Amino acid sequence: MSAAAPVARRVAAQASFETRAILRNGEQLLVTLVLPVLVLVALVRTSFIDLDTGGLSRIDLVTPGVLALAVMSTAFTSQAIATAFDRRNGVLRLLATTPLGRSGLLAGKILGVLAVEVVQVVAIAGVALALGWRPEGGALGAALGAGLLGTAAFTALALLLAGILRAEGVLAVANLVLVLLTVGGGVLLPARQLAGPLAHVAVLLPSGALGEAMRGALLDGTVPAFSVVVLLAWTAALGAGAARLFRWH
Amino acid sequence: MPLSDATALEPAPADAASPAAPDDAAVRVRGLVKRYDGRAVVDGLELAARPGAVTAVLGPNGAGKTTTIECCEGLRSPDAGTVRVLGLDPVADARRLRPRVGVMLQDGGLPTGVRALELLRHVSAMYAAPRPVDELAERLGLHAFARTTVRRLSGGQRQRVALAAAVVGRPEVVFLDEPSAGMDPQSRRAVWDLVRELRADGVAIVLTTHLMDEAADLADHVHVVDHGRVIASGTVRELTDGVGSGHPAGTRTVRVEATPGLDLDGLRAAPATGRDTRDTAWTAAEPEPGVYLLTGPVDAAALAAVTAWLAEHGVLARSVTTGGARTLEDVFLDLTGRNLR
Repeated sequence: MSAAAPVARRVAAQASFETRAILRNGEQLLVTLVLPVLVLVALVRTSFIDLDTGGLSRIDLVTPGVLALAVMSTAFTSQAIATAFDRRNGVLRLLATTPLGRSGLLAGKILGVLAVEVVQVVAIAGVALALGWRPEGGALGAALGAGLLGTAAFTALALLLAGILRAEGVLAVANLVLVLLTVGGGVLLPARQLAGPLAHVAVLLPSGALGEAMRGALLDGTVPAFSVVVLLAWTAALGAGAARLFRWH
Repeated sequence: MPLSDATALEPAPADAASPAAPDDAAVRVRGLVKRYDGRAVVDGLELAARPGAVTAVLGPNGAGKTTTIECCEGLRSPDAGTVRVLGLDPVADARRLRPRVGVMLQDGGLPTGVRALELLRHVSAMYAAPRPVDELAERLGLHAFARTTVRRLSGGQRQRVALAAAVVGRPEVVFLDEPSAGMDPQSRRAVWDLVRELRADGVAIVLTTHLMDEAADLADHVHVVDHGRVIASGTVRELTDGVGSGHPAGTRTVRVEATPGLDLDGLRAAPATGRDTRDTAWTAAEPEPGVYLLTGPVDAAALAAVTAWLAEHGVLARSVTTGGARTLEDVFLDLTGRNLR
């Protein structure tokens, strides 16, 4: 009787497959790697945008936000687009009929996102360190936690979108939302610097919560509890929505 | 042909009367109903597939073939009826079934950004003891485009990769949804050879198709599906051998392809030349120009008499075949109608 490979091997194979697919895709690389690094260099090395650094160096203020942007681009935009096209092309259905199954597919996707994020962090942190970034040594654990919480919330949003909209729609929405959240979602710079009511709204958005969490971790060494609650709430709501509404066909 | 004639061809529900009897079918579908937005796409469908046999599900577009197969694959849940694959429920027992069932989807389902062989290796990694990828790639001629991304493959090349992915895990049941769509003749031959090899190894193969020659050449058993039901079922021979055609059993046909406009009365009389049989036992028709159907008690002498008549009239036939009154395509069109849909 034919048998399945062990579950760990199946999921690892899928994770590696997903990671390679993203890292080999030009547009995906543009969004996940080139864009965050460009934003980092632009915000640190130019003065087109007047930053209120509150006494910090530009690089110390900006790097946490860029890392948050990187999480958003991979867990949300890149994953939403990849999953939407896989869904349209029947890839999700085909893989679901192999021993991988739907749960293995999901696990592989999440691990693939985390693997791409490791590549992003290495690249962004490398450039940031070269530009003079000096993160607090003890803050890395908190930053890791913030990244994982943000990944959970934005992956759930990605799967929700990919599971209910047409692939072309997801392509448009996922990119548009990334731009809107980057500009007005409190991710790159502290939410309180946003104009008027946006400052209060942004901290309730997953983007603002992730940005604040990452800045809290890397600037103060602790993740604000409020951001944790906001991210967990978004993860629960979006995850439940995706589980209920995701259409495989 | 009225539907009442066709229902005589449906499988006898003998084993339904004794549910305790062991079921040797690898796939058994009973009373399957599947609705989309309240409209029944599959409506009481019955189907069985044996191990070591090719079972073709033949039907026009929209007949419910793909939905039926997707219920068997566990991709859709039936609204009513039961589906058993290797004795298991494709949805509830999915985890146990997946390693034992190979699937080729109609739209391929292949990720577009990866290379052909890379994809096959990836799928093979899901199984404990897969077929060697290189051997399978050799069989299906995948090495020629091994490093080409799926996006750049032709339709037939994609189909071959998808078939390889369906069988790489050494499945006991294989579902192929229109396997040779978009394939060139060489690809089709490679695919058919592989399907025959799987059959010889005892695999149950279920394929949907609307290609008559595919069903006629490959299938041990054909289910003709329309409007979500099986309207005829049997071997290709049973379907074409005049069953339900109105001719008495044992009556068969000599089919002659030659120049149009031959003398039909002369041709009708030909098989009985110099024999006791009265020529009224035979009928002759020219259903399309140059195709003649002589229906009657076909035997070797009758065939010789027909070819002698052709020789006498200086006619070189392109083909002379004996067999059922009709081709599978005739049967199919009679059953499902000739209107476009």
